[in-house]
Amino acid sequence: MFSRAYKMAVTLPPLLWVTLFLLVPYLLMLCYSFWTVVDGNVVHHWNLGNYGELITKDVYRATLLRSMWIAARVTIFALLLGYPLAYFLSFYAGARKNLFYQLVIIPLWVSYLVRAYAWKTILGTDGVLNTLLQFFHVTQHPVDSLLYSPFAVVLTLTHIYTPFVVLPIYAAMEHIPRNLVEASHDLGASPLQTFWRVIFPLSVPGMIAGATFAFVLSLGDFLAPQLLGGPSGIMISNIVVSLFGAAFNWPLGAAISFCILVLVVSLLAVAERLEKKWSYS
Amino acid sequence: MELLVSSDATLSQKSRWLWLHSVLVYAFLYLPIVTLIVYSFNGAGVGGFPPRNLTLNWYRILWQDDPIWASVQNSLIVAAAAVAIALGFGIPAALALDRADFPGKAIFRRLVLLPLILPGIITGLSILMLVNIGHVNLSLMTIILGHGTALISVATTEVFAGLQKLDRAQEEASLDLGANYWQTFWRVTLPNLKLPIVGAALLIFTLSMDEIAVSFFLIGRYNTLPLEIWGRLRRGITPEINAISTIIFVFSLVAIVIWYKLRASAEGSREVAAELVQSA
Repeated sequence: MFSRAYKMAVTLPPLLWVTLFLLVPYLLMLCYSFWTVVDGNVVHHWNLGNYGELITKDVYRATLLRSMWIAARVTIFALLLGYPLAYFLSFYAGARKNLFYQLVIIPLWVSYLVRAYAWKTILGTDGVLNTLLQFFHVTQHPVDSLLYSPFAVVLTLTHIYTPFVVLPIYAAMEHIPRNLVEASHDLGASPLQTFWRVIFPLSVPGMIAGATFAFVLSLGDFLAPQLLGGPSGIMISNIVVSLFGAAFNWPLGAAISFCILVLVVSLLAVAERLEKKWSYS
Repeated sequence: MELLVSSDATLSQKSRWLWLHSVLVYAFLYLPIVTLIVYSFNGAGVGGFPPRNLTLNWYRILWQDDPIWASVQNSLIVAAAAVAIALGFGIPAALALDRADFPGKAIFRRLVLLPLILPGIITGLSILMLVNIGHVNLSLMTIILGHGTALISVATTEVFAGLQKLDRAQEEASLDLGANYWQTFWRVTLPNLKLPIVGAALLIFTLSMDEIAVSFFLIGRYNTLPLEIWGRLRRGITPEINAISTIIFVFSLVAIVIWYKLRASAEGSREVAAELVQSA
């Protein structure tokens, strides 16, 4: 029903804009990753040296692995916190469902930076938690390993990404036909059996979507590590930031960025395939 | 379900555990926000328990802090411009994905949505390279370019979801009755998409106000609010930052309430954000 001119009119402007300001920049970054720095200037001398450096130097591999390990822990904790909450919201919240649901969303509207900063004031040596512990005489001296550690980063990122995990799981559970649950009950299944055989399998696509979000977003984070991580909590994006900043090695930074991009895109492809496999039709 | 719950002892046991778990998760989600607000009134600085010497002093200091208000103004300009760009290209992009077939459509869809999930720093750096090659100076314009482009993804997902629910018969009728495509778009399509568009605009505005990763390397001489706060956090922290954060939180809450009122009056759906997350 839509004419050729209509389709052109809606397609061309966004296509051009996105090509110019997203596709070209991403490709430019790929180009940069094959260039090199000589005497503080970027030289268009095509070579694979940057990728070679990424493979041979331990610091990059170690930091990437640490980032993935931090992201994995965030994902697991967010699932452990978020899954039962989504289940509660969908099946037990009753009349106040809407209110409880919105309570999950509201923290998402509070500035990310501000929430990370709030954790810093909670975890610091003379922060809220430490003085609280001393106030109630749990400890005599402040526990100073709370802040500036991977623990602080994992905690903060879990706080930030738990709502992202709850929402898709909740959406998947809301789509489970309630008569399926009732049928399972009528046919003599115990509540536990009903959960494992009916509800859980149908909630898997939501879990995959939420886990992908939590993992990918925390993998690329650089604010929480810089604010709360200390030297042992440095993540891969912090290296990118320093390479583009003080260290001035754009080509190497571009090579790392491009590796992250490839990693993220492949994770999304895998997640999409898994989701399809688990969704019933 | 209510019947099942009350008829089964083990189930109600389970629901009690779920209750407890949920209360704890909510406590975890709200603890930093409550701390932040409480300590914005704390005379003794950002740490220490219990809070003491409650005061409005930090708000008074904030009120006279010109650089902060300049950055707020910059952020408002950037956010408004980002909404215009993101909607200006996101609405047609959603229409294109819904109604047109063209070579590379699948890639186009992925590309538009990529900034939603790709670490913002990578999108920001890529645009920095383009800006650099084009010998353009960094300014608020480059931030606007970054935000607007990255947030087309949000506009597209929201409007696309709205289009999926749209009844095409109305547009067909409009065309049959002699209106041209332009008239049909303005008088039928757009009014029907009012809700997703307003929702997208609010979301884009809020996300832009809070954006830091894409902006990080695109910033010129003038800071946006999050970058101003970021700069101060590295120099040492005072409850003044709690105060400005509390004010932003209150404004965000007002925005959420408006948004839910709009949404609830129209359809009462609970899946707005979930849709956004899932469609990514």
